[in-house]
Amino acid sequence: MDAGIIGSAVTVLFFLLFIGIAWWAFHRENKQKYEDAAQLPFQEDADEAGRHPDAS
Amino acid sequence: MEATTYNYKVVRQFAIMTIVWGIVGMLVGVILSAQLIWPTLTEALGPLAPYLSYGRIRPLHTNAVIFAFGGSGLFAASLYVVQRTSQARLISDGLAAFVFWGWQAVIVLAAITLPLGITSSKEYAELEWPIDLLITAVWVAYAVLFFGTIVKRKTKHIYVANWFFGAYIITIALLHVVNSAELPVTLTKSYSAYAGVQDAMVQWWYGHNAVGFFLTTAFLGMMYYFVPKQAGRPIYSYRLSIVHFWSLNFIYMWAGPHHLMYTALPDWAQSLGMVFSLMLIAPSWGGMMNGIMTLSGAWHKLRTDPILKFLITSLSFYGMSTFEGPMMSVKTVNALSHYTEWTIGHVHSGALGWVAMITIGSMYYLIPRLFGREAMYSVKAINAHFWIATIGVVLYIASMWIAGVAQGLMWRATNPDGTLTYSFAQSVAAMYPFYYIRLLGGLMFFSGMLIMAWNVWKTVAVGRAVDDARIPAAVAA
Repeated sequence: MDAGIIGSAVTVLFFLLFIGIAWWAFHRENKQKYEDAAQLPFQEDADEAGRHPDAS
Repeated sequence: MEATTYNYKVVRQFAIMTIVWGIVGMLVGVILSAQLIWPTLTEALGPLAPYLSYGRIRPLHTNAVIFAFGGSGLFAASLYVVQRTSQARLISDGLAAFVFWGWQAVIVLAAITLPLGITSSKEYAELEWPIDLLITAVWVAYAVLFFGTIVKRKTKHIYVANWFFGAYIITIALLHVVNSAELPVTLTKSYSAYAGVQDAMVQWWYGHNAVGFFLTTAFLGMMYYFVPKQAGRPIYSYRLSIVHFWSLNFIYMWAGPHHLMYTALPDWAQSLGMVFSLMLIAPSWGGMMNGIMTLSGAWHKLRTDPILKFLITSLSFYGMSTFEGPMMSVKTVNALSHYTEWTIGHVHSGALGWVAMITIGSMYYLIPRLFGREAMYSVKAINAHFWIATIGVVLYIASMWIAGVAQGLMWRATNPDGTLTYSFAQSVAAMYPFYYIRLLGGLMFFSGMLIMAWNVWKTVAVGRAVDDARIPAAVAA
């Protein structure tokens, strides 16, 4: 196999991988999971609110 | 027994050293820019003069601002964020102390060896082999500390900021080990394992990814935590952050050849570097939008909160420099811009505008929390720092743009008979007005750091070292 074929194959492979990642990120079933994850930095506040002066 | 508090000590140590090294590194930068106007500036120092010559303190400046200032800021931010978002204490206090003192030792050794002229001559990797070994040891300890804490996290998900920090830690390890492969001859001299154009390509694969992963990916980790926290709302799109993460990391790895346009590097490799650099606009701007849009619906906070001003302005500079970078990697543009002051302007748009400003904003967020205060001693001083820094950056980059384009045009200008229109000395003389403006801009940015140091001093003086920040008991996410 020459370098041109390998290059094309890798390009196609990476493109499909990108599509896969985008599909995985935006898949409806994962929506709730990621919305929960986005709240992670604030989780600490919910637990510590009003109790601890160092809580951010 | 399971730890009930976070390790704030190491975060506090790195946060303070961020400001100390920021001042040192930027002061050296100011001296360098003055030397370009007055080349004999440091000659009056007599026997000390060689140690302060431009060629020796230039790597001191770059190492100090990137690895001492930026590095300390990243250690502070990553070790804080990984604990808070994993709701777990760092796995080992001893390892944390080793990372701190080891990294400070690397910085001190750099500050001694570089002025002595001890250098491997690889840009951004000048330190000689014994220091390279120490860096490797510290970095491995850092990786164990960071990933070990992720492993024992109490949260289900690994927050996106930690993905960015993780990618940075792994990639920097890879880059450092491969690029620093060298044959020691004496204690202070080694030769690279690579030769010729391969050496150049390995060097700029390293050099550009030092920009891509040290100065970008890692600081995006900072962005994904401190922007939502300071804005008081979650990141605009968590799902975009996942696409951002993977596409940025995939593409950055291949952009290095754009540093070697019109050199002995094969043409196809130059084109590859250019195409990947152009593609980088997409993830870079996706990430920038994600950060800025986090303020959507809360724009009014920008009017009153100077910390948020720092964070959001840093993202604007990030957007500017990640548009400018791909543009400069286009071969025809590079033919004009390469080797000129334009490159220096581009670097500082990223380094001062993006890296320094997001670090400063994050430190203003962290320091009151690490010292048991509600806020910094003076919020007005933060605002003053913001404006003096912003005007400083704008003066710096605008002067270097004009200087660079003028330089490039003068170098390529030819008379009808084919001879050069300008001598090199004429293009140097044309730089003077811009060098003065650049020095002023640099001085302003440096003065901002002094205001910050005063503000931090006052905050620490009335505060107390917080070592009892409790880890929440119950975990929902």
